[in-house]
Amino acid sequence: MNKKILMKGNEALAEAAIRAGCRYYFGYPITPQNEVPAYMSKRLPEVNGVFVQAESELASINMIFGAGACGARCMTSSSSPGISLMQEGISYISGAETPAVIVNMMRGGPGLGNIAPSQGDYFQAVKGGGHGDYKIIVFAPASAQEIVNFTVLAFDLTIKYRIPVMILGDGLLGQMTEPVVLPEMKEIQDDINWSICRGQDQVIIRSLYLVPENQLELHNLHLQKKYRSIEKDLNKYYEQYNANDCDYLIFAYGTTARVCKAAIDRLQKENIKIGLFRPISLWPFPKEEIISISSKIKKAFVFEMAQAQFEEDIRLSFEGKKEIKGFYKLGGAIFNDDEIYELIKKNI
Amino acid sequence: MITGKILYKRPKTLKDVNMSYCPGCSHSLMNKILCEIIDEFDIQKKTVVIAPVGCAVLLYDYIDCDSVEAAHGRAPAIATGIKRVNPDNIVISYQGDGDLLSIGMAETIHTANRGENITVVFMNNAVYGMTGGQMAPTTLVGQITKTTPSGRNPENEGYPIRACELINTLEAPYFIARCKVTNSKSIMQTKKILKKAIGYQINKKGYSFIEILSNCPTNWGMKPKDSNKWIQEVMSKYYPVKIFRDKGEA
Amino acid sequence: MTNKIILAGFGGQGIILSGLLLAQAALLEGNEVTHYPAYGAEMRGGTCNCSVVISDKEISSPIVNKPDILLLFNQPSKNKFEAKCIPGAKVLINNSLINEQALRNDISSFYIDATNTANKLGNIKIANMIMLGALSKITGIVKLDSLINAMPEILSARNKKLIDLNVQALKEGYGLF
Ligand SMILES: Cc1ncc(C[n+]2csc(CCOP(=O)(O)OP(=O)(O)O)c2C)c(N)n1
Ligand code: SF4
Repeated sequence: MNKKILMKGNEALAEAAIRAGCRYYFGYPITPQNEVPAYMSKRLPEVNGVFVQAESELASINMIFGAGACGARCMTSSSSPGISLMQEGISYISGAETPAVIVNMMRGGPGLGNIAPSQGDYFQAVKGGGHGDYKIIVFAPASAQEIVNFTVLAFDLTIKYRIPVMILGDGLLGQMTEPVVLPEMKEIQDDINWSICRGQDQVIIRSLYLVPENQLELHNLHLQKKYRSIEKDLNKYYEQYNANDCDYLIFAYGTTARVCKAAIDRLQKENIKIGLFRPISLWPFPKEEIISISSKIKKAFVFEMAQAQFEEDIRLSFEGKKEIKGFYKLGGAIFNDDEIYELIKKNI
Repeated sequence: MITGKILYKRPKTLKDVNMSYCPGCSHSLMNKILCEIIDEFDIQKKTVVIAPVGCAVLLYDYIDCDSVEAAHGRAPAIATGIKRVNPDNIVISYQGDGDLLSIGMAETIHTANRGENITVVFMNNAVYGMTGGQMAPTTLVGQITKTTPSGRNPENEGYPIRACELINTLEAPYFIARCKVTNSKSIMQTKKILKKAIGYQINKKGYSFIEILSNCPTNWGMKPKDSNKWIQEVMSKYYPVKIFRDKGEA
Repeated sequence: MTNKIILAGFGGQGIILSGLLLAQAALLEGNEVTHYPAYGAEMRGGTCNCSVVISDKEISSPIVNKPDILLLFNQPSKNKFEAKCIPGAKVLINNSLINEQALRNDISSFYIDATNTANKLGNIKIANMIMLGALSKITGIVKLDSLINAMPEILSARNKKLIDLNVQALKEGYGLF
């Protein structure tokens, strides 16, 4: 096994991408993910890869569209305002079904907001921030090691399903340094039979289908079928922490979930039966598991650094059957474990 | 009581606060010069400054005029909207090189091409200051930045863009000039040029584009004094300081 | 055992770097660690801090709200963080730059003439290492040897030449107590 080394989340992500076969990176500076392009600009040339600083996020996402149309393992990264600019491109890529790994290290919004950690882009990520009926796979890691693991997985999935995969982190995960074990460098030979530039019969990468009934509708039905099969395949990405046999269950993801764990440890020492359910894939959402666990508890709590965005999906899964109480931090403010501890004590 | 003639004081439009710019940065100097000009024309109450995304994002904390904070690169479009609603107001779009020439290139060119009656103040410091020193469109060939660790290489990154020369290919702009603020003489000269530009706007002459060769001691890793020397000796070789067009003098 | 540490001072005092060195040393001793720096706009004001958590089990929250160990490099940091630490916390105060005594009597405070000692060693920038050396002796959360062994991982490309000087400063700080 490789040695445990200390790495900043953003740099661990960049190195993991390279080891997962990413050779093309296009991106535009924005805090708090600037370490990704900085790392890529140094590291990619060493492995015969290509780094281009795009003139904007609009350009970044379309460079990814072009590289993806060639079947390449390619990535862009940004933070909230930049990801907003990419929504048009993500819609096109989804329609045209090309691979793309997109990283969002979320920061406080709306607008220019601030550069502190946030989870305010949940809806944008999981409900389709651009136009049309589409879905992207969204992973929400909670540690540097998970950033590494899910970045590697993201590249395999984006090639397999021809669907954008987003790593949804936040400023804290990007800036925090933690021990990680990096995977070996993969030698990638993707067997791709649909891309352009293979010198065979004409290939058109497109999202325009002028006739509704027998063209665009069919295309959409095909996409939806693909989404259903992805939902079936990727239903195992969640973590349960002391979640068996408890009266109260906290739902949280990413950074917030980690902080919740610290509070849970303290509450358990006082014999309060409380656990955590943490979805790691936010789409597909582990709905079945949540439905089944919801029947076993008295009350649920939701913690998120946004106003009831993630909570909405929990509520949809619960279908009103159990009480849910949500707590939110807005505009880049973060929870600490003392606070969560107090809030739970007051509300059970 | 102290008597005598006041030779120098803080311009009225410049707020009496600490700026968050790094010591020796051209931004603080240009903020002040802009305020002096606003005072001299007595247009504080009808001037609108558009704050860019960049180190000058808190422009409105220093300049006591109405202000709109733009999305990255979109300042000239917002300026257009304001000017079309209130043609008698004085609208100033103050932008860095990443903002103006990279993400905002389309807005920059099209606002100039429409000849909007606004003044663009372009702070060219050859890097992205706020985000920690990445390559900008104006980064010189060979210059080391956070995203060009071996120096800007034209084969991968292209050549630095000369903004005035580019704008000068368009028909509509009224006044185009490049200045620097490296010593008192050039500072006086810059103020004169910027004042002329704003005067043109007051007289409804049309679009002005004033580029300032600026420093970024922090991300260049230089003392302010050395950074001014670098502008003098290196930067202004590639970006000649001159008036490119002045329809008022033609 | 979990320790929650905050290091705080001016930008330029090597706060983030010393936090990383501490984390690396703790990692070498087989601990779990997290290091979270204040970044961006927070740094602009001239102050700078980072949180380090060291534990023998998985670390849940990397956010340090109430530290049990505090390294204060300047007065503004003392103003900000002294009140936050838990009763019984160990607080290391750089009294070259902080004239004020600890305001709380429920904490153990230690005064370290770090900046002056660094100056005597010929480089004001190694005050951070004096503080870390003292931390090792006072708290024992990491061994001096681990800090020394961690040095090449953290300083590698940036200033290898300074490693010897930094090690000397660590030892000097360690020797103060
Ligand atoms: C859409 C979007 N992308 C990226 C950013 C991050 N960002 C903030 S300032 C900046 C660059 C500023 O550089 P420049 O315009 O040269 O101004 P300077 O800071 O040097 O004055 C960038 C990329 C952002 N805020 N919004
Ligand atoms: S980072 Fe550069 S441009 Fe920004 S305020 Fe500091 S010196 Fe000026």
